[in-house]
Amino acid sequence: MTATLAIEDLKVALRNGAAPVLRGVTLQVQPGEVRGLVGESGAGKSMIGRAVLGLLPTDARITAGRISFEGSDLVAMREADRRHLLGRRIALIPQDPMTSLNPVRRVGAQLTSLLRHHLGLSKSAALARATELLVEVAIREPERLLTLYPHEISGGMRQRVLIAMAFACDPALVIADEPTTALDVTVQRQVLQLVERLRLRHGAAVLFVTHDLGVVAKICRTVTVLHAGRVLEEGETRDVLVRPRHPYTRALLAATPRADRPAEALRPVPLALIEQLWSEAHRLDRLAVAGPL
Amino acid sequence: MAELVLDPPLALTSRLAAALRRGGARLWIGAALVAILVLVALFAPLIAPHDPVEQDLMSAQLPPAFVQGGEAAYPLGTDSLGRCVLSRLIYSARIAVVVALIAATLAALIGIALGLFAGSFAGWVDQAISRLIDVWMAFPPVLLSIVLAAVIGAGLTSVIAAIVVVDWTRFARVVRAETMVQLKRDYAAAARVIGLTRSATLRLEILPNLVPLLVTLLAVEMGIAILVEVILSFVGISVAGDTATWGSMIAEGRQIVYQAPWIMALPIGCIITSVIGLNLLGDGLRLALDPVQRR
Repeated sequence: MTATLAIEDLKVALRNGAAPVLRGVTLQVQPGEVRGLVGESGAGKSMIGRAVLGLLPTDARITAGRISFEGSDLVAMREADRRHLLGRRIALIPQDPMTSLNPVRRVGAQLTSLLRHHLGLSKSAALARATELLVEVAIREPERLLTLYPHEISGGMRQRVLIAMAFACDPALVIADEPTTALDVTVQRQVLQLVERLRLRHGAAVLFVTHDLGVVAKICRTVTVLHAGRVLEEGETRDVLVRPRHPYTRALLAATPRADRPAEALRPVPLALIEQLWSEAHRLDRLAVAGPL
Repeated sequence: MAELVLDPPLALTSRLAAALRRGGARLWIGAALVAILVLVALFAPLIAPHDPVEQDLMSAQLPPAFVQGGEAAYPLGTDSLGRCVLSRLIYSARIAVVVALIAATLAALIGIALGLFAGSFAGWVDQAISRLIDVWMAFPPVLLSIVLAAVIGAGLTSVIAAIVVVDWTRFARVVRAETMVQLKRDYAAAARVIGLTRSATLRLEILPNLVPLLVTLLAVEMGIAILVEVILSFVGISVAGDTATWGSMIAEGRQIVYQAPWIMALPIGCIITSVIGLNLLGDGLRLALDPVQRR
């Protein structure tokens, strides 16, 4: 079976190759799988999502590696072919619902133009489909929501609209880029439930980028732990979270607040460990500059 | 799953009312002044008491009717050839409105197209257009207009052409900068992620966000177009001969400003009122349309 998403030894560097961000990342997402991608800030987890979507910053370069989606190489693909996949087969749930909708277009116009663009629906068919989608993300009075502007609805509501847009064309892969970070805790839970429900209904695989191990434990079947642009550990979520092999994963778990542990039990990730990981990363960079031995 | 409920509905009329409230007094005063200007221009033959070129040498340089020595037949007096000043002011409004509408619209279309182009293509396309704008703006605009009028001949078309050729840069610069800002926003990235092409993104996502800005700019540009037309007709390279324009009235009135100051003062008053009206309208519309100000 071809993996939905297969990233092999992906290397990305900023400043036209001078500053490495991803130092050879390999990960796979199988059809229907929910894979968590965790790491601290600067680990490069969002950069992976951006590389898949073709949204890397202008000074970033993919210096090595392959990204294949259902067997075809996204890096080598022509721009027009990739555009054909984006939004239809590969979708994004963005991080910040407040800024990811166009402020001067009504919610309905934004949803229906997506449906008409990719599925070639008529205006009325697109409107009907948009209404169904909003019902799926549990919005009451969907017809009226379609006539509103983004600034007239709450953040939780906007995130629901964005989730509906992501699943609108039955994509094979949804990249969720920290979709719960900008929301408060009660809304977070609802959003996670929604993503889970829509994923099952539409049969999509999800790459869930987050720094929150609690979120990973809730909805991801598999998890990849990232640090300094390297994969430190990966596997079934149960195994990784219960019996972490890598010391960094252990440290990360000890730093995560849990309901069944007193707050005093929390330990920051040891500085020595972080220093060791970074020096390993920099040694890799030097090796890469020196070329193959 | 908890369902989210929307706020109570906002009727379309209350949305409109809110927009008008945000526009405030500027919107009302500006709209009223511009409406008067346009109506006067449209219905000039009905309003004007006399033919604007009809001479009555027996009653030359009459003061306005409400001043001693004035005649009721000439409410704002006559000029040195005995032509009715009020009628000439009214007919001049036609030239002003035509120039403002056509020149500003054409300048906007060219400027917006090039601005979007430059703003969305980084690199040499942007560099080329930006340098062109810089060089263009280094020319004194009135001088450029005079040269243009000399080359393609005097007349309304050349006045409009001169304004368009000079003022497209104003739109191009602003649209370029704002396009770059908008393209950096998340929603523009989101538009690319849903597979929209560059031109579709510009048309559907970016352009609607520029509307408040463009409306303001267009109104200001109309005021500028009126001023440029005044300057060109003041130096005598606008519409030919005895056609009434505010600029030519000022030029004529200047020579007899000590004997008949109203001949020069009245067209100046008209110009100031029109330009202020357009600027206020643009300002008011920006406040009314701006999505950031909504709510």
